[in-house]
Amino acid sequence: MSDTHANTIAFVRETQLPPSPPPAAETGAIKWVRENLFSSILNSILTLLSLLVIFMVLKGMVPWFWNSTWNANSLSECREAGTGACFAVIRERWPQFFFGFYPSTEYWRPLLTFVLLFPALAPILFNKVPQKALFFTLLYPFIGYWLIWGGSLGGPVATLLGVVVAYCVYRTLVAQAPVIALLASVAAVVIWMLFINGFAADALAGVFGAGLEEVDSRNIGGFLLTMILGIVSISLALPLGILLALGRQSDLLIIKAICVGFIEFIRGVPLITLLFVASVLLSYFLPPGTTFDLVLRVIILITMFAAAYLAEVVRGGLAALPRGQYEAADSLGLDYWQAIRLIIMPQALKISIPGIVNVFIGLYKDTTLVSIISMYDPLGVVQPILADSDWNGILWELYGFVALFFFISCYSMSQYSRYLENKLRTDHR
Amino acid sequence: MKKSVFFGAVATAGLLAGAASAQTLAEVQDRDSLRCGVTTGLVGFAAPDETGEWEGFDVAVCRAVAAAVLGDGSKVEFIPTTGSTRFTALASGEIDLLARNTTWTFSRDVDLEFEFVGVNYYDGQGFLVRKDLGVTSATELDGATVCIQTGTTTELNLADFFRANGMSYEPVPIETNAEAQQQYLANACDVYTTDASGLAATRAAFEAPDDHMLLPEIISKEPLGPLVRHGDNVWGDIARWTLNALITAEELGVTSENLEEMMAGTDNPEINRLLGTEGNLGEMLGLEADWAANAIAVAGNYAEIFEANIGEETAIGLARGLNAQWTDGGLLYSPPFR
Repeated sequence: MSDTHANTIAFVRETQLPPSPPPAAETGAIKWVRENLFSSILNSILTLLSLLVIFMVLKGMVPWFWNSTWNANSLSECREAGTGACFAVIRERWPQFFFGFYPSTEYWRPLLTFVLLFPALAPILFNKVPQKALFFTLLYPFIGYWLIWGGSLGGPVATLLGVVVAYCVYRTLVAQAPVIALLASVAAVVIWMLFINGFAADALAGVFGAGLEEVDSRNIGGFLLTMILGIVSISLALPLGILLALGRQSDLLIIKAICVGFIEFIRGVPLITLLFVASVLLSYFLPPGTTFDLVLRVIILITMFAAAYLAEVVRGGLAALPRGQYEAADSLGLDYWQAIRLIIMPQALKISIPGIVNVFIGLYKDTTLVSIISMYDPLGVVQPILADSDWNGILWELYGFVALFFFISCYSMSQYSRYLENKLRTDHR
Repeated sequence: MKKSVFFGAVATAGLLAGAASAQTLAEVQDRDSLRCGVTTGLVGFAAPDETGEWEGFDVAVCRAVAAAVLGDGSKVEFIPTTGSTRFTALASGEIDLLARNTTWTFSRDVDLEFEFVGVNYYDGQGFLVRKDLGVTSATELDGATVCIQTGTTTELNLADFFRANGMSYEPVPIETNAEAQQQYLANACDVYTTDASGLAATRAAFEAPDDHMLLPEIISKEPLGPLVRHGDNVWGDIARWTLNALITAEELGVTSENLEEMMAGTDNPEINRLLGTEGNLGEMLGLEADWAANAIAVAGNYAEIFEANIGEETAIGLARGLNAQWTDGGLLYSPPFR
């Protein structure tokens, strides 16, 4: 039987045929090119045009970079040495780009501050970091201030003591009346800063000794100044902006009026005007001899400016929440602050993340406006370099370098915002 | 009510500021440093070098005044100012002296209430053109495109000049000198006009400076000088006579090299009075007897400062021209030290 069968069927395939390769046009790089670059006549034309543009750009840029000069002492030496970019100016002036006129023996201080910034930010940015690390984050402003401006350790420690006192006041009163506790702690800070801080700083200076060499605000510049202005203003503007947004929605008439007035006033005035007020007009109004640090004035105004914009972004997030969320919070018996903290804000902020980061990036780039009031931010540093007869006439290299720095900072911020959006995405998509 | 409180506060602040401004000398001596307003950077006149040390023609005036008052030319705090912040910085008392290539005009002197203490550089508006344009005089510029900084007196001067000569031009508005340089080199304009010293510095930075030339016409008067606030004549006198001391030193042949020799006493009584070995000029100003000698010791007399910063040996290569001594056909003429 089996024999018959074997004879009647001449051939039985016992294994599956190996799959034959797809046609050349449907595989690998060719397929990708066909689908993505040449899928239609219009796309083919556009692809060819784009290739042409890329070629033209590269044709200019590659030799420019390839023939660049790093070792020269002036633009004319650069021109003799090569036809490309003259990066020698960056090599000679990079300390000014990074630190402004910070004393060169003290560069380790801003560098250390920058390195410490990462452990300080980590617990805020990533929730995998143990929350105990927040303790360091709270200390960081004082460490950073002391490292950058120098002087005796007494000053920052005295201010820190003031904050601790205010916290203790808050803790003792919070059980009875939260609002009064808050007001009392604010009052404690104000009283401490106005009356006690000076004596405490002097007394502590005696304990800690002279400390680091003092650096004047006027000598701080370059990327260091951008980072100080940007990071301090961003971290102050977010809480202030949230409070303003809540205040604008408040039922309390006076609070609402103040918040609306503040937001609309700040949004109605260009930042440059505010900066001029900070640098020029304030010295008319303050009694002569009052030293009110210029960096501090600028930080306050940039913070106010960003906070007003943030308030509107956060208000957009609040408005997007369905009414039911508020009612649900009420029905659970939560009071106003609990509802805001546990239910409203987490959702509203999640919605507003792209807008918030947008404001942050805008704020960060707006810090370059301080060059108008003669502070040497990276763009301001370009001016004295151009005023050096060795380097007068060089432009692309300097502005390109500044642009690279800003691109790196702003791109990291926007990448973090994408990461945060993905992490917090809870809807079904 | 609120308004009156506000104005009261402003008035008090104003009074305090007024009271403070009459004692600038004492303030500077207490602080042991001079606050001097300079530009944020202008080739040859003021710019920080790679170590952050300020140098330039205007900077030298600041250092000379600091040396006259405090005996040390390094005791200066340089406060960079922009065109729009310079006057408020001076009026508000943030700086003691402004040496920022500022043109002495009627309205700045009278209306803004400043006191120009002299002229350290006589400038004027000129024209920079490419040689292959074939133009040798500004009167041949009919129909030219002109790069011009907006919102400056140069813009008004240009319009006046072309109207007076019955010519037309097409303005290319630009914001900064660096932008003008690029526009001009890219052939966006035939002519670039601004102060002649600035044009010389710009031309010096070109890859081929010899292809470009400054036209002989100077169409405006731009006397640049240091200034102080109204109302403190003692301080104004100190600044004025420090500048005069530098100019007189050149006239009398006192240089940073022969200064010590001359300090030992000379046969020329005016040199002796200037250097404080005779008479009591320093005492009259409320300063040490050797105030002028200190000022000259920092960077030398006017000629030395000029040659070191903007003279023909430097990249900018300005000739003395109007800024020569009156004995050499220039305008520098210091009143006598007597």
